[in-house]
Amino acid sequence: MGFVSEIWKGLKVTGKTMLKTIVIGPFGGSELVTTPYPDEKRQKPQRFHGRHVLNRYPDGMEKCIGCQLCAGACPADCIHVRGMDNDPAHPTSPGERFGFVYEINMLRCIFCALCVEACPTEAITMTHLFEMSTTNRQDAIYTRAELLMDKDGSVPHMFPDDPLADLDELMVADGWVRATAPSGMAAYEGVQAWQSTAGPAEWGPEPTQDEIDARSAGDRNG
Amino acid sequence: MSWPEFGVIALRVVLTFGLLLVLTIINVWLERKVLADMQSRIGPTRAGPWGILQTVADGLKLFFKESITPRKVELGLYILAPFLAVVPAFLIFMMVPWGRPFMIGEQEVALQGADLNIGLLFILAMSSMAVYAVVLAGWSSGSKYPLLGAVRGTAQAISYEAALGLAMVAVVMFSATQGDGGTLSLAEIVDRQAGTWGDIIPVLEPILQFVPRWNIFPQIVAFVIFFIAIIAETNRAPFDLVEAEQELVGGFHTEYSGMRFAMFFLAEYVNIFSMCAIAATLFLGGWNGPTFDDALPGFISGILPTVYFLLKTYALVFIFFWIRATLPRLRYDQLMTLGWKRLIPGALAWLALSTLVIAFRQFGLPWS
Repeated sequence: MGFVSEIWKGLKVTGKTMLKTIVIGPFGGSELVTTPYPDEKRQKPQRFHGRHVLNRYPDGMEKCIGCQLCAGACPADCIHVRGMDNDPAHPTSPGERFGFVYEINMLRCIFCALCVEACPTEAITMTHLFEMSTTNRQDAIYTRAELLMDKDGSVPHMFPDDPLADLDELMVADGWVRATAPSGMAAYEGVQAWQSTAGPAEWGPEPTQDEIDARSAGDRNG
Repeated sequence: MSWPEFGVIALRVVLTFGLLLVLTIINVWLERKVLADMQSRIGPTRAGPWGILQTVADGLKLFFKESITPRKVELGLYILAPFLAVVPAFLIFMMVPWGRPFMIGEQEVALQGADLNIGLLFILAMSSMAVYAVVLAGWSSGSKYPLLGAVRGTAQAISYEAALGLAMVAVVMFSATQGDGGTLSLAEIVDRQAGTWGDIIPVLEPILQFVPRWNIFPQIVAFVIFFIAIIAETNRAPFDLVEAEQELVGGFHTEYSGMRFAMFFLAEYVNIFSMCAIAATLFLGGWNGPTFDDALPGFISGILPTVYFLLKTYALVFIFFWIRATLPRLRYDQLMTLGWKRLIPGALAWLALSTLVIAFRQFGLPWS
């Protein structure tokens, strides 16, 4: 009759869990594994790959130079970029050219962030926004109008009136930038090397070479 | 039949049917909540307070969805099968007395759909009918997973119905000694469980007068066998090989959608509740319990028996959910071993034992 005690052991586990959830739960004692999603959003991992955003320099210039490296790197072939020469009198980006057409087909995108890695000017980064469901295919193609951030650093949301829309998610740091920035290392804590949030970065004074050397030495020794 | 009599019968049926429908809606929600709590989740919260209207929302959705008919089905049986599942499920509960009879004018209204004198036999017959729904649904779907589920369902039902019937025989035989001759009427079986065991052993009367005269105390083995058998009979975990989502997609109802699927779903939960209600009736004294007729106003003491009945039934329903949350599905050979090598011999042995005890108490020892 050994199986009876085994069954009883199992019943005790589920019973205890239920007591924890119902009785101790309201007093903060339960360890719920789920969250009531739209009411309460879970903290996403730092390096979360969410919706893309096209960044600007602090002075309002676009970072994208229309080089199409992101489109070349894209394994899903979902980015379409066409560059255009800047008007010398009123340049859109600091370089020769700027991204005149920039489209991402979010139905094809696999959110691998290879475009972010390929970008030479840190123009395209990713945010924490993932609620992008639409009711027709045309809405899933994001153009410059949706991707490019405003001059004040806020990012346009496709459906700002949606009950699920959380504009803050568009301002959260990009995963790849965090992962590869020197400030991602323990020894570089507090040193801003790359921009950590979307929007015009607030650059602190650059560290001197001595400081950098000291830090890398510490990092190597540590 | 006069009009008042007809009115009473109609009232009984409508009350029982309504109670069962409302409770089934609550049961589906309750199972989801209990399972969620046992798995450290929250469960449905959004439809109504605590998500209690979730079942209504799901039902409405299923009602308006298309009932897809695959090309290779045997159309007649395919359409018939869901009804074969639902109708017996409701008929089973019609036999169960769920409250103390009350008077409307001259007429006595028993809170029971119908009091057949062959009630238990009818229940066994109807629960066997429910197997046809599984078999016909699986076969008429013209698809392999439903067929596998149906074949398993047949074997399982045959194996466990034997144990179920034998456990019932034991309790019916015992119940026969408690009153004037044997009876299969559930109302009569409930009546015979009124009172306490106080008079059975004079020495222990101070203790036993607080023990209710339920059949579970002398028939505990029959109760355990009966309970295991009804879990298998309603195709619930750990005996849900008929559905087996992980291996057979959905088992016998794989090819069903929309309202036809909803009917199978409804039948399953109706069956759970009515089987637990039968277990409570046969073994836990049905609606019997202290009603304090002298101390409480008539309305409250009239409704207390129904409350006792629901409490006993829900205790058993909770054990159903608890077991589902805990135990993994049995392998097919384990299912057969448990049925044929444990439950049926156990039920037979218990039947023989309780027959001997009853005979000795009635006729004395053979050599005396």
